[in-house]
Amino acid sequence: MDPLHEERLAELLGALPTAPAAWVQAAKELPRARRQLDEIVELARADAEFRVQLMADLESALASAGYEPGTALIEAVRARLPELR
Amino acid sequence: MTIEVSDAQLVERCRAGDAEAWNELVDRFSRYVYAIAVRAFRLPEHDAEDVFQDVFARTFERLDSLRDDSAIRPWLAQLTRNACVDRLRAGSREQPVEEPLTDGLDSQIEQLDEALDVHEGLRTLSGDCREILDRFFAQDESYRTIGEALDLPAGTVASRISRCLGKLRDHLEGRKPPSAASSGM
Repeated sequence: MDPLHEERLAELLGALPTAPAAWVQAAKELPRARRQLDEIVELARADAEFRVQLMADLESALASAGYEPGTALIEAVRARLPELR
Repeated sequence: MTIEVSDAQLVERCRAGDAEAWNELVDRFSRYVYAIAVRAFRLPEHDAEDVFQDVFARTFERLDSLRDDSAIRPWLAQLTRNACVDRLRAGSREQPVEEPLTDGLDSQIEQLDEALDVHEGLRTLSGDCREILDRFFAQDESYRTIGEALDLPAGTVASRISRCLGKLRDHLEGRKPPSAASSGM
């Protein structure tokens, strides 16, 4: 790196804006969300009754099983379990 | 005292399922991914959000395929570029644009790499220095806003910014060992 004049340094500090906090938070929650999704899929494949509940009312079935049925989770479950579409 | 964790160490810990390491990885590279999308490719916010989430999802899924853990940054840059190009192509199918890709992309990403080096240098400074420089330069807050937030007179804000900038410059130019974190402001 060339000798850094303060003006150049200031320019570089300003070149990386902060990403929106909600995006960063969502990215941080990815591992937990993936684990949760894997659990739901595994349960749906192993438990016929749960699968029937999911097909009848996905949102309520997820809530009853203790999951927060947000849009992202619902879409992800539908994508992993095409029979629910 | 800030304990420096290298990119390679961070990747290794993420691969082992360390949740804190994943949070740190997202914090460390979120600005970089965001800047490539909105500054280099000039994606609108809603497209940039999709790219941002897609890049971190792919990173999480494919971390095992990274051959050199220390190369996480160029790997992320490439993932982000590919995701942005895909997004632009998808958009141009729906609404054709004259110039689907921006000119001078390589030099812009090179500049963002340099900016990330500078931001990584910030990690060697005290928390107070990091905060004041980030507020002023990255978040574009005025002396007055910073002064109100940190309960400091505007003149003190200005002098601290100058002092912290000097410390950062010294560190980046290698004039001093990275010990500023333990010496406060």
